[in-house]
Amino acid sequence: MPNPTTRWSDERIDQFIGRVLQIGVLLAGAIVAVAAVAYLVRYGAATPAYGAFHGEPANLRSVTGILQGALTMHPHALIQLGLLVLLLTPIARVVLLLGAFALQRDALYVGIAAIVLVVLIVSLAGLTP
Amino acid sequence: MTVLAFTLLLALGSVFAGMLGALTGLGGGVVIVPLLTLAFGVDLRYAIGASLVSVIATSSASAAAYVREGFANVRVGMLLEVATTIGALIGAFVAGWVSPSTIAILFGLVLLYSARQSVRPHRHVEEVCPPNALSARLRLDSTYPTAEGEQTYCVQRVPLGFTLMLGAGVLSGLLGIGSGALKVLAMDQAMRLPFKVSTTTSNFMIGVTAAASAGVYLQRGYLDPGITMPVMLGVLVGATLGAKLLVRAHVHLLRTVFSIVVAALALQMLYKGITGTL
Repeated sequence: MPNPTTRWSDERIDQFIGRVLQIGVLLAGAIVAVAAVAYLVRYGAATPAYGAFHGEPANLRSVTGILQGALTMHPHALIQLGLLVLLLTPIARVVLLLGAFALQRDALYVGIAAIVLVVLIVSLAGLTP
Repeated sequence: MTVLAFTLLLALGSVFAGMLGALTGLGGGVVIVPLLTLAFGVDLRYAIGASLVSVIATSSASAAAYVREGFANVRVGMLLEVATTIGALIGAFVAGWVSPSTIAILFGLVLLYSARQSVRPHRHVEEVCPPNALSARLRLDSTYPTAEGEQTYCVQRVPLGFTLMLGAGVLSGLLGIGSGALKVLAMDQAMRLPFKVSTTTSNFMIGVTAAASAGVYLQRGYLDPGITMPVMLGVLVGATLGAKLLVRAHVHLLRTVFSIVVAALALQMLYKGITGTL
């Protein structure tokens, strides 16, 4: 276990990663909160109809679709965009931990984190259009 | 009811789910799914999508809030995460061939037994492992903060923990819910980690596991903005609050709460399995 006073101690890494997650979470939350206001202003008085499963329109189910929709400031697309940012946070955590293990010269855990990352990427491959 | 009312009520429920999740290492799905399906009559697929959002939000928000306290063991988490993500892929893959009802019933029974185990008087946490133990060689042993200062602990029965995590991953891939409970149980009961270490490490892991399923769920259209929005915002708030409470919470109280939630999850699973509503 590395000496806690070394430059990249576990504690310092935890703090750094915690900060990054905080920013990611706040960013995602901010996007969704702003979009929520627009969404509620437009649809607040409507009746929700979630009893039957319709699935989402195609442009809300793929990354490019969401990005295009977000550019037009459509509330639905913006919410999905915020969701994508949120989705990135656990992935960012694994990437950052991999980097942290590398900085600690911990080859074993660089390998372990890399395996997790590969599995993540493989399963997320369905995310691209 | 109007969309506005639905949104506000769902957000409120999500705050509660987020708090519970941050305190117990679970993802909040145990609250979100019945809230949506039973109280609001929402289709199960949207509810599962919402559960996924809840898990990721709980994981990242609570991590951001309490990582500086130093509870979670990222090496244990990362190692076990290999098992859960592979398990989740297997689970999602075989989902078409296996009867979800049978799985749900078995899962429910296991959880009921575990809920009882969680509140039994607990033996003292091992501080020092045998020198050549697997956990020492994998550098898993660590410390966690207590009122008396940093307390060391030893991680035990790593292969058993790894296998259990594989199973937890498969189950969560099949059922879309409940992996958090199994993770905490495996770490607490099998690997003998201090309770707060188990719950915080579980919190780290569930986010990663959920992210692995997210691509599939998004593509299938399970993630509806009208539902994910209040869930996400509510859970983010709740999980942040819960994480701050965790440090001061008494472990015995946390165990009791955890036990009750797991029992509730067990009953839900048994109900769904028996009535075949999966």
